[in-house]
Amino acid sequence: MRMQKLAAPYIIWMAVFTIAPLLLVAFYAFSAYDAAGNLYFTLQGFRSIFSTESTVALDFLGLSSIWHVDLQVPIYINVFAKSLSLALVSTLICLVAGYPAAYILAQRSKAKKGSSFLLFLFVLPMWMNALLRTYAWLALLEPNGIINSFIGIFGLGPVQFLYNDFGIGLGMVYNYLPFMVLPIHSVLLKIDRSVVEAAEDLGANKKQTFLKVIFPLSLPGIFSGINMVFMPAMTTFLIPDLLGGGRYLLIGNAIERQFMVSRDYTVGSALSILLLVFVLASMRVLTKYEEDNAGGGVLG
Amino acid sequence: MFNSLKKSPSIKSQDAANGKKGQLADSTGSSHIIELIDICKSYGDTKVLDDITFYIRNNEFITLLGPSGCGKTTTLRILAGFEQPDSGSVTFEDNDLLVVPPYLRKVNTVFQRYALFPHLDVKDNIAFGLKLQKLPASEIASRVDQALKMVDLKGYENRWVDQLSGGQMQRIAIARAIVNKPQVLLLDEPLGALDLKMRKEMQIELKQMQQSLGITFVYVTHDQEEALTMSDTIIVMKQGRIQQIGTPTDIYNEPRNAFVADFIGESNILPGRMTQDFEVDFCGHSFVCVDPRFEQEEVDVVIRPEDIQIVSSEGKALRGVVSSIVFKGVHYEMNVDTDNFSFMVHSTDPVDPGTTVGLHFDPDEIHVMAKSDFSPDRILTISDHENDEISHEEVTW
Repeated sequence: MRMQKLAAPYIIWMAVFTIAPLLLVAFYAFSAYDAAGNLYFTLQGFRSIFSTESTVALDFLGLSSIWHVDLQVPIYINVFAKSLSLALVSTLICLVAGYPAAYILAQRSKAKKGSSFLLFLFVLPMWMNALLRTYAWLALLEPNGIINSFIGIFGLGPVQFLYNDFGIGLGMVYNYLPFMVLPIHSVLLKIDRSVVEAAEDLGANKKQTFLKVIFPLSLPGIFSGINMVFMPAMTTFLIPDLLGGGRYLLIGNAIERQFMVSRDYTVGSALSILLLVFVLASMRVLTKYEEDNAGGGVLG
Repeated sequence: MFNSLKKSPSIKSQDAANGKKGQLADSTGSSHIIELIDICKSYGDTKVLDDITFYIRNNEFITLLGPSGCGKTTTLRILAGFEQPDSGSVTFEDNDLLVVPPYLRKVNTVFQRYALFPHLDVKDNIAFGLKLQKLPASEIASRVDQALKMVDLKGYENRWVDQLSGGQMQRIAIARAIVNKPQVLLLDEPLGALDLKMRKEMQIELKQMQQSLGITFVYVTHDQEEALTMSDTIIVMKQGRIQQIGTPTDIYNEPRNAFVADFIGESNILPGRMTQDFEVDFCGHSFVCVDPRFEQEEVDVVIRPEDIQIVSSEGKALRGVVSSIVFKGVHYEMNVDTDNFSFMVHSTDPVDPGTTVGLHFDPDEIHVMAKSDFSPDRILTISDHENDEISHEEVTW
């Protein structure tokens, strides 16, 4: 009983700052003010999300050159697809770039070869404000920024880095890479050395040991890394806002604009609810997959 | 010692022609599957292996026995290929073993803490090595089946590793190793985590398994009783050095120094003096013994507690007072204080504390050893060393 009381501050915090706002968002999503200023129940928010149409060139994962279709698509579905594709690609890049980094870090930690400094370098950017870090990229990538000035010396460029998929993808990968590296690193670190030795002892070479033992045992780290990168990448509004120069609409900005520019709380809240449901559903799929893979459930 | 046997192709081919394998001398002339010559290994300033030289005969059960930090596990890991010695050579059937990576060695290991694959079920754990050899599925299935039968765990094929008890995990670990039909099985304190009863059962099973499979077992343990029960040959190690190599009977009856005498079984170790053959002085008296004299007069004398008889004090040279008595089940353990030494005596007949008794032992029950670093009067300097090594082992593992 006494231990439970210790949880009280956190429960109160959760209730006031997480659950109450969530309920408020849900409430706004299903209500609007009439001309007389009275609240009434409505599905108008959701309806307008699916009805606001625009002609779009379907450009999923940047495949427009080989596969080009013009479609009449609800504008928010288009924004949603764009956010999803960018989030998926960024997550994939984080995984491909982060796994080897996590692996090398873990190897060095196990061999006690001064990995703490490397790990420190990885975590260091997280100590700085995300806004500041993203502004720094602006200064680097601008048409007359540092990189373009540098390649200009060799008569190249200027290259348009910003306000496109590349710039935003780069911003996401840069910001979220540590969230991929750290969980994988900590799972790799926990793998018992004797299990790896057992694999070698039973005739597995380095590659087979990795594929048959180390990689399967690191899956929980990969899953939680994907979760921790995909979710913020899907919902971010700061990165497209800055690196997209306000011209680039992802679902995060779309919501932000509904609240801050259009002041349409109904549509903004409805969008938030849809995004929340989508993210929760994809997380659920991932955890389900993780449980199926864990087998005996001894991983962790 | 082996300097005359320099490694050269001519010697090797000669030996092969004589049908005698290996370079190390062996009175029985049996073939050696593994030979370690002058193995040294240090971690930083700590020398964990110091000039380790021994051979392993084909199909024998050989045990590396010693306290933690003595280098026995490091020796085993060198055989498995997880460690490389700083110097020295290891041959496997006369071929250099040290250049062979672990996954190509014809040895398999049973690890101290099982090291089963947590992401695989029992069947896939055992089949791990067979699948890597790309054997046909039917053969894998039948060999897994056979191995499970051997360790008495049929019906556990689809269990997950975490659903097994310690004893079952250990059996699976053994099955996973023997299913590959290795020429040599390395076992690193495999029974350390089991309770006493289970350990005794597994000792017998392992010994039977070794005999029926005809595989060479290299067994690492700190448990002297386990070593005596199972081994054909025991190698007693301490501080990275081999103290004695011999059969269990040799090691128990003829310990070479005070450490071996103390580590294997209970013993009374006394400082003595030997000025002529077959006579040794200790406790202020002179006793007839069966050993010829050593180079040095100062010696250690070992008398096992069960070899001492308590007799009437009348007319006996060695007399003492019973100071304590403890019932041990099969026998009583008594301490008898003489003027110079407190003897531990095992006897089935209890004697009341405070009684003055005489002590008697036959000449062949007095074992005389040369002085060593481990002699009781020199022991202090050793325990200082020991601490370094123990802490070191914790770090490396």
